[in-house]
Amino acid sequence: MNIAVTIDDVARETLPIASEAGPAPKRIVVAYGFWIFLLSDIVMFSALFAAYAALVHATAGGPSGAVLFNQGTAAIETACLLLSSYTCGMMSLSVNSRSRSAVYFFAAVTFALGTMFLALELREFAGMISDGAGPQRSAFLSAFFTLVGCHGLHVTAGLVWLTVMMAQVAVKGLRANVERRLLCFALFWHALDIIWVWLFTVVYLIGVQP
Amino acid sequence: MNLLGKLDWNAIPFDQPIVMGAGGGVILAIVFVLSWVTLKGYVPYLWREWITSVDHKRIGVMYLVLALLMLLRGFSDAIMMRSQQAVAAGGAQGYLPPEHYDQIFSAHGTIMIFFVAMPLVIGLMNFAVPLQLGIRDVAFPTLNSVGLWLTASGILLTNVSLVIGEFARTGWMAYPPLSELQFSPGVGVDYYLWSLQISGIGTLLTGINFVTTILKARAPGMGYMRMPVFCWTALASNLMIVAVFPILTATLAMLLLDRYVGFHFFSLDAGGNVMMYVNLFWMWGHPEVYILVLPAFGIFSEVSATFSGKPLFGYRSMVAATMAICILSMMVWLHHFFTMGASASVNAFFGVASMIIGVPTGVKVFNWMFTMYGGRVRFEVPVLWTIGFMVTFVLGGLTGVLLAVPPVDWQVHNSLFLVAHFHHVIIPGVVFGAFAGYVYWFPKAFGFKLDETWGRRAFWCWFIGFHLAFMPLYVVGLMGMTRRLQHYDVLSWQPWLLVAEVGAVIVLAGIACQVIQLVVSIRNREKLRVGGDPWNGRTLEWATASPPPAWNFAVVPHVATLDAFWNAKRRAATGANQAAQARAYTPIEMPKNSPIGFVNAFFAVVTGFALIWHIWWMAGVGLLGAFAAFLVFAFRDEDEVEVPVEQIARFEQSHPAEVVL
Repeated sequence: MNIAVTIDDVARETLPIASEAGPAPKRIVVAYGFWIFLLSDIVMFSALFAAYAALVHATAGGPSGAVLFNQGTAAIETACLLLSSYTCGMMSLSVNSRSRSAVYFFAAVTFALGTMFLALELREFAGMISDGAGPQRSAFLSAFFTLVGCHGLHVTAGLVWLTVMMAQVAVKGLRANVERRLLCFALFWHALDIIWVWLFTVVYLIGVQP
Repeated sequence: MNLLGKLDWNAIPFDQPIVMGAGGGVILAIVFVLSWVTLKGYVPYLWREWITSVDHKRIGVMYLVLALLMLLRGFSDAIMMRSQQAVAAGGAQGYLPPEHYDQIFSAHGTIMIFFVAMPLVIGLMNFAVPLQLGIRDVAFPTLNSVGLWLTASGILLTNVSLVIGEFARTGWMAYPPLSELQFSPGVGVDYYLWSLQISGIGTLLTGINFVTTILKARAPGMGYMRMPVFCWTALASNLMIVAVFPILTATLAMLLLDRYVGFHFFSLDAGGNVMMYVNLFWMWGHPEVYILVLPAFGIFSEVSATFSGKPLFGYRSMVAATMAICILSMMVWLHHFFTMGASASVNAFFGVASMIIGVPTGVKVFNWMFTMYGGRVRFEVPVLWTIGFMVTFVLGGLTGVLLAVPPVDWQVHNSLFLVAHFHHVIIPGVVFGAFAGYVYWFPKAFGFKLDETWGRRAFWCWFIGFHLAFMPLYVVGLMGMTRRLQHYDVLSWQPWLLVAEVGAVIVLAGIACQVIQLVVSIRNREKLRVGGDPWNGRTLEWATASPPPAWNFAVVPHVATLDAFWNAKRRAATGANQAAQARAYTPIEMPKNSPIGFVNAFFAVVTGFALIWHIWWMAGVGLLGAFAAFLVFAFRDEDEVEVPVEQIARFEQSHPAEVVL
């Protein structure tokens, strides 16, 4: 988003060839590095997905996904996350237009939606555990709790990060490094959505088939 | 509720004289060094100039110091194993009880891969890559320091296990079910897991940092096809770090969940799948081999071109081979366990894929030979390591092709033939490469060369000792000796293992030569003093002073060709570049030093130690401390300092550049 805006502001012909230009501006370097981190994070998730796929039928006589999963809850969770991605995008636009109050507003909505997602997920986990379908029950449930829980941990980390960023906006204002961090946060939040879309598909859609 | 978790006085093995002796010696050495540093008043200097430094050159040097210290530890383990196997034949039990011997081979593998080979390679990349790219630092200098200190945390935890508790007895791969709580109830596996998780994060940060640096922060004009080959291999290596270290993190996390909260990923009951661990581990583990060896290949490329006075033969094919290996290395993991019982076609696929890696590797070997062919080769110490590598590595690679044939692998799986093979590629490939790089870049880092006579002695001891130590292992491997035997009944193996012991002693002499070399060189440093370009180099790191200033280049070089420095020297010699105009300097923004890496690592050690011993409150304190430190760092106002023009000009006057780029 922001990078595209920046580049489109100048006429492309006036830009030198990338290799002639020397080190890229800090904003691009930071966002690029963060993308590489996100890729590595996605690789970690892919290992967890692989483990889940390998163990999905190892229910050891316990309940399977078809019995346990509630697609309704998962759909609401999905809606929360996708909406929060939208509000996160709005927050980025507010950063560009330098409107601090709008930044706070959209950050608060994003935070609320993220919290709602987490609450629903925790309620689902708690219900499963109280029904005797905790992660210690079978390899399938171990893999399920780890995969979904790892995404949940990422969302939690994102919420903590968002809180810290709002404190930084309040104390330091929208200076260059705060802006770069907000850019990275936005990338992180959207990446969590991408992972959730996969998770929703693999776990909650394919997983409930008998 | 026990405040100290599982920790009590029984954790310290007072009854084992070898462990207590070694531990006591290490503690005494640490106390001695610390008090010497304190008494001499070096602490503020070390804190200011090294511990909090975010300078890639200093960080690189610190990685190398860590690696060389750990080489001593890992080698002690090695020679203890060789001595044990040399004597423990027939009815003899040797001097190491099984539970201790098992810890030694596990620690040897873990330390040599994670805490010797990795820091060697990462240290050399840290030192050389930004200089070769013609830039002033890596993309994220503070992150670099965080990575270094997290690696140091992992190293510290592993070594603490020597005295407090125990290390894993599972081998360095920690395969379940042996590594599950059921069969390894002690803290050994936990030491292994937390050390690797903590240092693994550090490695991942390094990978991200270097991929970004190499792709986004090169000097103006340095297109991809003008990058030195070492930078290409570093790029490949770091791409692989980013692609596979997260798999290791996930795998070890699954084992941790099994051990700590009773999950069933790899357990024998409730549907756990042991072979999943083995698959995931080697999906990281095989690329790891190339993470280590590709930068070493880069060093050999730089050395063979520099000391032959010729451009590297087949630069483009070298780059293509590097990237081909980078991709192929991720498609061969199953050859580590052909005996798993996969179908013949699966085994055939992975066998063929493994053999195909020999093709780009062969391309490289021929390129090095053609680089030297017709060149005026100067047989300095780095060249000795390079030629020693080429001769040895080709043979080691051939035994690898043998092992890639599944039926052959079934015969020698987990035998000493395998042990001989992987030492045969990794010692010349990685260790010789790192030593070549160490001798090659030492004058750049410190401004004086390493003593040549002792360097030659070290090389010959290593070269001869290596062959004596490992060739016999092929023989006993074919005779049926499996790896990791604390004692054995077959007396016909013993002569071969005695020869291997002699080899290990000769390698020890080689290490001693290297220690002496360092001492002698520091003593004679005034005689060994050199300028910016001691080897008649080709790449940009030789264009600046030795040691380079913090800002590397007073004026960022503009690159027009491959081997930019070499071509600039040629142009200067023909008079085309003679007009050494008075250079206009501008103030340079440099990243500010930060203690965050060190502080964060301190809390990482606290957290890791607490988790190993189940001291939950302390783990909480550690995590909170790390978070608080991070917050303080995130809220700091100044992250850069400006180097004034006068300071740059003063440095440039006292260290005149030989060639203006």
